[in-house]
Amino acid sequence: MEPLIAPAQYTFLGIPTVLFSVLIPIVGIALFTYIMAKRIAPLTRARKDERFDAIPQRIWNVALIWLGQIRQPRYMMGGVLHILIFFGFLVLALRSMSLVVIGVIPDFALPGFGHDQMIGMIYNVAKDYAATIVFVACFVAAIRRGIFRPERYEVPARFGKDHTAEAVFVLCIIMTLMVSESLFEAALVAAQIQTGAHAHFLPPGSLPWFLQNSLLNTPMETLQTLHVAAYFIHDFTFFFFLCFLPLGKHFHVITSLFNVYFMRTRRGNIKPIEYGLSAEEMENLKSIGVKKLEDFTWKHILDFYTCADCGRCSDQCPANTVGRALSPRFISIKGREAVFNTYPLTGPILKSENLVGNVYDEDEIWSCTTCGACEEECPIGIEYIDKIVDMRRGLVDDGEVPQTLQKPMQALAKRGNAWGKMEKKRADWTKDIAEECPVKVVDGEESVNTLYFVDSISSFDDRMVDIAKSTAKLLQAAGENFGILGKAEKDSGNEVIRFGEEFLYQDLKNHNMEQIKESGAKRIVTADPHAFNALKNDYQLSIPVEHISSVVTRAVKAGKIKLKTITDATRVYTYHDPCYLGRHNGVYEDPREALNAIPGIRTVEMLKSGDRSFCCSGGGLMLFYEPHEEERMAVLRVKMAAKAGANVIVTACPFCLVNMEDAIKVAGYEGKIEALDLVELLDQHMVK
Amino acid sequence: MEILVCVKRVPDTAENEIELNSAGNDIERDDLVYSVNEWDNYAVEEAIQIVDKVGGTVTVVTVGDEDADEVLRREMAMGAQNGILLNDEAFEDSDAMGIATLLKAAAEKGKYDLIMTGAQADAGYAAVGGMLAAMMDLPYASLVNMVEVGDGKLTVGREIEGGNQEINEIELPCVLSIQTGINEPRYVGIKGIRQVSGIEIPEFDAAGLGVDPATVGAAGAKTKRVDYFIPETGEGAEMLTGSTEEIIAKLIDIMKANGGLK
Repeated sequence: MEPLIAPAQYTFLGIPTVLFSVLIPIVGIALFTYIMAKRIAPLTRARKDERFDAIPQRIWNVALIWLGQIRQPRYMMGGVLHILIFFGFLVLALRSMSLVVIGVIPDFALPGFGHDQMIGMIYNVAKDYAATIVFVACFVAAIRRGIFRPERYEVPARFGKDHTAEAVFVLCIIMTLMVSESLFEAALVAAQIQTGAHAHFLPPGSLPWFLQNSLLNTPMETLQTLHVAAYFIHDFTFFFFLCFLPLGKHFHVITSLFNVYFMRTRRGNIKPIEYGLSAEEMENLKSIGVKKLEDFTWKHILDFYTCADCGRCSDQCPANTVGRALSPRFISIKGREAVFNTYPLTGPILKSENLVGNVYDEDEIWSCTTCGACEEECPIGIEYIDKIVDMRRGLVDDGEVPQTLQKPMQALAKRGNAWGKMEKKRADWTKDIAEECPVKVVDGEESVNTLYFVDSISSFDDRMVDIAKSTAKLLQAAGENFGILGKAEKDSGNEVIRFGEEFLYQDLKNHNMEQIKESGAKRIVTADPHAFNALKNDYQLSIPVEHISSVVTRAVKAGKIKLKTITDATRVYTYHDPCYLGRHNGVYEDPREALNAIPGIRTVEMLKSGDRSFCCSGGGLMLFYEPHEEERMAVLRVKMAAKAGANVIVTACPFCLVNMEDAIKVAGYEGKIEALDLVELLDQHMVK
Repeated sequence: MEILVCVKRVPDTAENEIELNSAGNDIERDDLVYSVNEWDNYAVEEAIQIVDKVGGTVTVVTVGDEDADEVLRREMAMGAQNGILLNDEAFEDSDAMGIATLLKAAAEKGKYDLIMTGAQADAGYAAVGGMLAAMMDLPYASLVNMVEVGDGKLTVGREIEGGNQEINEIELPCVLSIQTGINEPRYVGIKGIRQVSGIEIPEFDAAGLGVDPATVGAAGAKTKRVDYFIPETGEGAEMLTGSTEEIIAKLIDIMKANGGLK
């Protein structure tokens, strides 16, 4: 016989409280079901998406990213707090569900989880400590969020009001849950101790243990009130919270598991205009790309729901950092607001308006360099590049393209390169090295094993042709039987597809694929990560594609390429990871190995390197775009290199090199810092 | 409003490396990439915007061979509803008056409230618009950089030397030659061009237009280009070298020495 009456048997003003124990869950679950049905409606009206493949990898993603919280500690303070709360929630889920039943059946325990059973005893200790940890973590988080206010949570005026109140409110709800659950238990145990009954064990140092100790001299009637009141506060708060979740950023508590399961499994590719359509069907579509909400796929709507407003994407986003219009976090938040407004909880579904002009502005959509820093960082698998590209497709379809980008697009359509250079001059760079390193132009007669895909910028740009020359020399030194397509090559189209001009991209791709097939090459090597990415991830060729850094690293290891010692000891090198080599394709180590293979080289790493590398803003056509920004990305990058103590920035991408060289001048480091491509550096140090 | 826009297919200067031919009276035209004359493109965009506002149709017309079909289709992908191709061997090497004669004949086949041309193209002394207006006995405004539609008339802005702006009212029907910068022409994607690829474009020869072949083409031309060259870089340009501070100091010295600074 327990010393206190359980909520299931208590009466308040003559009303048996068990009534509330039944009513609160029924109303709560009904309301929750209603809200969820309203939230699921837009998903069913959104476009198709193909996310039901690659099941083992998806399960692995869930294990690592959702359950393992592997991306959380990238932001140590917030990450650790989140991990504590997350695991606390997982542990407490069982208890919360049992508590709902206890309101009706006082002695209810899940099979094996009784107070006198082994698992039950262990679980009770675990859940008491979990509640304590969650309480403390939420308390610290609330102080951090409400008082210290880390910069990345700020809401720029153009994106609306501050979000602190909602964040702190939810933390208070969670703390209320923890305290009420503990108090319910503590009041009972205090009463058990006071009456000398067999007392439940409360683990020392836990929240209920503290509460129980402070209640040892409290009158029994008060304990009784506390016991029942705590129960119903918990019960009510629990169902309130459940229904509150789908109304804002805490929806992620429910959706993140699904969002991570359905997250991107391939890297570097762009989604098709619409899944399941043939090329011809796509061409005959009346409207292409995303113009209205329902043009997004269901996964992209789920992304909007899932955004936890943690601000990591925007903190890493180079466009946001230099003050461009884009902040990926608000792509999600504004998207969610648009869904919520168009699909209200009560009343009819509204007509969707054009997204660009109402929800997003054009400058926001064109500001993205598709560097992928946001997606790399998002702890719950939200995607941005496909959404941006889809909205660009919509703009292109409506002819809404910035004037500065129209010329390069026309040139690409007519000449196969954005600079409008003549096709027949594509192989002109080979003339300069004809004696030292003759480069075969594959024209149907000669066959080669390896095709060097040069791509436009390294073929035509007066400075970047040096990359092509050095690449050819390295390939020769590595003993490769290689050739180039010459005038038969057209731009890889990596930027064209990302710009949203799908059909021009298809033309370029089809042309190049045919030329590649005719060349008879068994593999492709390129020194341009943009070409590397398009050929590897967008074209889906049947032959392997490699970046030159991997080829060279192997040749150095095999002793085919021998490198001389660095002569100038004052030079400190730093490697800048190109987005399309690193983040989109995971090639981080080969360029570093190749660099470090030069005897005597001194290298340093910049603060932002590897998968957190900072984009140079070069993403192909962005070279031609004039965004509104406070500072140039590459200027910021050069400053980072200077801060790291480097005086040579080594990159492995012609677009990066263009931007770095310009930025060195703009930032006033001319003569102090130099930029060059990895292949140029290796070529200089090759024993010939 | 029924609008006729006269367009021309010209070598695209942005996508070509221009070289003179051996005769020295024209550019080397092999390997050239052609596109619609830039001024004409602004005119078509303006016409589309007017029709979007007040209704009507936009028709684009060009004098040229089969290749000119591509610019008509491009402008139709942009939003023009109809295209007309004026194609006859007799039209080759027409001068401005010849072109205006042909365009007049084409314009009189329809009933247009407004006729637009680009301010100028790659040849022809920016004369076609004015000549067309005179031949058709219609009011004309040149270098128009703003159009507002009123009742039976237009309010048009014109660029004046020194960056001044003049606003005039002009009665419809009329002819306008359009200056670049009047709007931001929309982008024409590959998809749009493909979607108009099947549309039939009516073609007229001299007989179809009722034009005497002797009055147009090389036969009727009263003007002839005799030379074409790239001017040589003259003397007098001075490159200042040194650090930014040194350059600024030198520049100040020069400006002081020449009375630009006191």
